[in-house]
Amino acid sequence: MSFLKRAFTDGSNPVGEPVGVRAILIGVAVAYLFVMLVLPTGAVFVEAFRKGLDAYFGAIEQRHALAAVRLTLLVAAIAVPANLVFGLAAAWAIAKFEFRGKSLLITFIDLPFSVSPVISGLIYVLLFGAHGWLGPTLDALGIKIIFTVAGLVIATIFVTFPFIARELIPLMQEQGTEQEQAAISLGASGLQTFFRVTLPNIIWGLLYGVLLCNARAMGEFGAVSVVSGHIRGKTNTMPLHIEILYNEYDFVGAFAVASLLCLLAFVTLALKSLLEWRFGEHLAAERHH
Amino acid sequence: MSQRLRRFFTPLALALSLAIGAGSASAETQLLNVSYDPTRELYEAFNAAFAKYWKDKSGEDVVIEASHGGSGKQARAVIDGLEADMVTLALSYDIDEIAERSGLIDKGWQARLPNNSAPYTSTIVFLVRKGNPKGIHDWSDLVKDGVQVITPNPKTSGGARWNYLAAWGYALKQPGGSDATAQAFVAAIYKNVPVLDTGARGSATTFLQRGIGDVFLSWENEAFLALKEFGADQFEIIVPSVSILAEPSVAVVDKVVDKHGTRAVAEAYLQYLYSPEGQQIAAENFYRPRDAAIGKAHGPDFVEVPLFTIDEVFGGWAKAQSTHFADGGMFDQIYTTQ
Amino acid sequence: MNGPITSLTTGWRQPSVLPGFGLTLGYTLTYLGLIVLLPLAALILRPAELGWVGFWEVVSAPRVLAALKVSFGAAFVGACINAIFGLLTAWVLVRYRFPLKRLIDALVDLPFALPTAVAGIALTTLYAPNGLLGQFLEPLGIKVAFTWTGIALALTFIGLPFVVRTVQPVLQDLERELEEAAAGLGATRLQTFFRVILPAIAPALVTGFALAFARAVGEYGSVIFIAGNMPMSTEIAPLLIVIKLEQYDYAGAAAIAVVMLGFSFVMLLVLNLLQRWARRHERAGA
Repeated sequence: MSFLKRAFTDGSNPVGEPVGVRAILIGVAVAYLFVMLVLPTGAVFVEAFRKGLDAYFGAIEQRHALAAVRLTLLVAAIAVPANLVFGLAAAWAIAKFEFRGKSLLITFIDLPFSVSPVISGLIYVLLFGAHGWLGPTLDALGIKIIFTVAGLVIATIFVTFPFIARELIPLMQEQGTEQEQAAISLGASGLQTFFRVTLPNIIWGLLYGVLLCNARAMGEFGAVSVVSGHIRGKTNTMPLHIEILYNEYDFVGAFAVASLLCLLAFVTLALKSLLEWRFGEHLAAERHH
Repeated sequence: MSQRLRRFFTPLALALSLAIGAGSASAETQLLNVSYDPTRELYEAFNAAFAKYWKDKSGEDVVIEASHGGSGKQARAVIDGLEADMVTLALSYDIDEIAERSGLIDKGWQARLPNNSAPYTSTIVFLVRKGNPKGIHDWSDLVKDGVQVITPNPKTSGGARWNYLAAWGYALKQPGGSDATAQAFVAAIYKNVPVLDTGARGSATTFLQRGIGDVFLSWENEAFLALKEFGADQFEIIVPSVSILAEPSVAVVDKVVDKHGTRAVAEAYLQYLYSPEGQQIAAENFYRPRDAAIGKAHGPDFVEVPLFTIDEVFGGWAKAQSTHFADGGMFDQIYTTQ
Repeated sequence: MNGPITSLTTGWRQPSVLPGFGLTLGYTLTYLGLIVLLPLAALILRPAELGWVGFWEVVSAPRVLAALKVSFGAAFVGACINAIFGLLTAWVLVRYRFPLKRLIDALVDLPFALPTAVAGIALTTLYAPNGLLGQFLEPLGIKVAFTWTGIALALTFIGLPFVVRTVQPVLQDLERELEEAAAGLGATRLQTFFRVILPAIAPALVTGFALAFARAVGEYGSVIFIAGNMPMSTEIAPLLIVIKLEQYDYAGAAAIAVVMLGFSFVMLLVLNLLQRWARRHERAGA
């Protein structure tokens, strides 16, 4: 019952609910997250270790598994910075200036969230495929996009497109433009203003966006499945490799690689929590600015 | 701040250079075999054997890369630009579509190799739980009340199309059989299907791993593989009184091999499937080799069963596809006219 | 498709002393155009070869309508569940202190990170009749895997972070004085919640709901394992797109995709307009 007491002694809420209500609300929320999140993730790890540690590490150390890990990191390493630059540019234009058509622009940025993964692969086939709009022209130039790493990168960029921009736009909107205007009027250049004034204010939101974008980039399955070509050791990312292992009845292997992705996600999430914890006050100050 | 950012990007840059370094090209000949799902084990063994054979014969190193997926999806990838030197797919229809829609393969491809360009065959059998508790022995047992049948969706799975057509062919061959009775029979089977997975391996997992259903309609080679992977003490194979001759077809992709300059080795690859070594590997992976003696010596217990072909009963794949599996076709009618 | 460009007329933006507008907006539009708009244009123009009649025939076929109903219905239910429990989760995370709170907070983002196929397989493993949870639900007559319920469950899973993450910051910034004033005027806690707190967080809640809904409508990877995929009852719209592609019917596949895309676009646009309006309103009030 100690957590009840602690909840009760929380002095920050003078008009709080009775202890019983708090306990019930916390209980329901925790139960919900347990059933929806902890159990499925737990199932991944249980299945991965079903045949012991040796089988687990054996599956991960496979040549094709390592190639898949490397490819996944490569794709994320290109897609995330690309969306980072875009996110900063878009947030600057949208948050610091007033212009017409802004809602439409934001909606277009949101759109990849709602496009079915099946479609987000298909659109690039329609565009760059051998019978697509640009396919024949690119082919004549000797450029191949679909079924190569380039195709994987573009599809991943599309799927993770809104994450960083979406994180930064409301943050920068809330902060207004007074500080930047002051810096400019004091003679700072645009870049100086950005790096000295804007960036310190948004760095944690930016980092959070990058982490989420990265997690999603590494885990994307549907879209890359369409443009991959599924060549083992060459164009198979981790999620695709998981599907292959699963289809080979290698359930331990499939869940082992999946657990690796979970771990990568955990590391990013833990990193985020750590940063928030260490710089929590910083962050709160930033929000109330 | 910029220093912090730099610290953040350094590991990324490192990962980048690592990955690019690993992808550097080598001097040996590379072939890409685009195949369907259940042939992974077969081609893993065959690719190694062929690489050795080709090295001995020509002194050239050859590396064969493999891509597996649903047969139709793989055919589409080739049409859309996946540069396969050879395609080894579940049905001749998919290769016909490549020839038809992209012109990458010569339209007369099926006559270029013996046996309709199908070096190995298979058929459709039943996998049931040990002891056959529901007493399933033939197609007619599938429509009984209380029998749950597991088969994938014929709209998305090549294997499921063979299942469907085998059942249809059985019904046609019964006394008084007609298209009408066959349609009613197949509809009755699908009434007993609780889950339609998108692919053959998905259905296999539903039946073997999730414990759903009483009988799983399966490629014969997949059924033997399931016994090997999941244990013969849990499942058994039932061979029906009559089934369909499934002929997975192979072809060289002409335009691609001419562009890559790999025609000779790609053709040798497919021909090697017909050699005693190739036939033996097929048998060891539970496909029926064209050479029955090799099948007896190296394969599992292939039961002799009357098999009809798709050309005999359905007038070829193109016709079967448009009658049964196109939008609004016989299969759709089962679900839309209930 | 070129809305932002057609609005490039004189007087379309307020002057500002800050630099970089042309550069950043130009880059934004170029990048957006290349990565999102051009490929989507390729998609939207594809069904043109069907003509209006052909397009209508594809999207009004009973099977397509049934699948759209499944996708939109299950996504709606999932988003509703997320709205209720997401709000509760955000509330508990912001207002109360309890053990392992930080860990639980971090867990919320997991559905973004887990590959959808893995999520689908894991959920099926849990809820199949012989699964960890399924074996207890089965005797009670509750079937989850391979039913409509399973689809809604998977769609709830993938949409989970949206509501929590949109409501959380707003709740954090909410001024306590209002609540205290309401309490001082004799309002009960429930009255305070519905009259004071809920209106303040409503825009964020609606945003979270809409994002969760939009994301769930198109979901494929996690659903396909747990849905029974039976035509007319548990077949989702993205599966029909895959089926059309399987028959080399690119135009038909694109037609279904365009309907889904159009719906999501309108919903997101209305939402963004509402938010912009709310922000101006707020600023005018302050």
